[in-house]
Amino acid sequence: MSSFLLEIVTPDRKVYEEQVQMIVVKGIAGELGILAHHIPLVTPLKIAPVTVKKQGAKDELLAVHGGFMEVRKDKVVILAESAELPGDIDVERARAAKERAERRLAAKKDEFDFKRAELALQRALTRLDVTSR
Amino acid sequence: MAKGMREIKRQIKSTQNMEQITRTMEMVAAANLRRAQQAAEASRPYADKLKEVISSIAAGTKGVKHPMLQSREIKRTGYLVITSDRGLAGGLNSNLLRNVLAQIRERHASTEEYSILAIGRKGRDFFKRRNMPVIEEVTGLPDSIKFSDVKSIAYAAVSGFEKGLYDQLFLVYNQFKNAMTQVPTIKQLLPMATEDMTSASAASYEYEPSPEAVLEQLLPKYAETLIYSAALDNKASEFGARMTAMNSATKNAKKMISSYTLAYNRARQASITQEISEIVGGANALS
Repeated sequence: MSSFLLEIVTPDRKVYEEQVQMIVVKGIAGELGILAHHIPLVTPLKIAPVTVKKQGAKDELLAVHGGFMEVRKDKVVILAESAELPGDIDVERARAAKERAERRLAAKKDEFDFKRAELALQRALTRLDVTSR
Repeated sequence: MAKGMREIKRQIKSTQNMEQITRTMEMVAAANLRRAQQAAEASRPYADKLKEVISSIAAGTKGVKHPMLQSREIKRTGYLVITSDRGLAGGLNSNLLRNVLAQIRERHASTEEYSILAIGRKGRDFFKRRNMPVIEEVTGLPDSIKFSDVKSIAYAAVSGFEKGLYDQLFLVYNQFKNAMTQVPTIKQLLPMATEDMTSASAASYEYEPSPEAVLEQLLPKYAETLIYSAALDNKASEFGARMTAMNSATKNAKKMISSYTLAYNRARQASITQEISEIVGGANALS
């Protein structure tokens, strides 16, 4: 099976750069599996884990917080405001963030706060999801 | 020891202390500058990529309409002013603030016509002192800025434009050329100029769900990224300017020390001469 280059770039640094077989991402229109030689595509992403499949290795999961994906002939670039490998995630902090966000959602104040809390909750859940598997 | 001499000695000592401090600050600034430049370098791929994709959407689809690309009637202008938190950086902040102030005074008759968003303590205090409307502020950014540090103000700045708080947004910061030169820059951020969106990359993409929807997501992100890189640039400028300022302060201190030393030696010699002539005079009087 042929492979392609996956790059994950954030404003701070390049988080990931490796040859992979397949990735599974959650676009805003639905879940997508990308294999090599995919048609060029651009789509925004949801805050969700990205699954990376490599030959002869276990699947990798990355927490990618929003951003978007650009698929080209020979490589895939994911641009996100933040992205983390499971090893870089602070589980305690994520758990605390989750609880905080849930409390805020329950309090239901103005719309802006609500939206922010919702995004924070999604980020926390993604982080926890990635580390628990 | 004569009284004047003790005074001079004290001055030499305190100038030496000052020199030591300025030299240390110069070295710290130099180290931070290198790091800031690296951060600016690291943020480039992200911004470039975003711009590339936005350009290819703008070029590929005819007549894309997005509020962030269209200029509308200007009722109020926003200024996002990036300064440093600390001084001792030569004329860095004052040059920048003087430029903005001149432009604001020239363009706007009353405080109704503009709002200010401030990053950095110097700028915030400057505008607050003049009773100008600061609607958003962030201070105390760390020496190496992360995207998350400026995210909230960048988001506020972009959404302020979307909500119609202002119809035009200027980005004011010091552009980093090199350690010696920083250029005070006032640049229009929103609405974005479509001219610089034309790129040669004619890669045709599929857009999911649609080009417009993708653009809608990307444009605010791109604007935020531009703000982030301006903040990084300003940080690099701050360290560059501080390095240069401290370098010349160290030089001045050296010069002062040598002139004090000269004065001290003169005074010392004078007092010795005086002592000798006193002794000689005393001996002569006895004989």
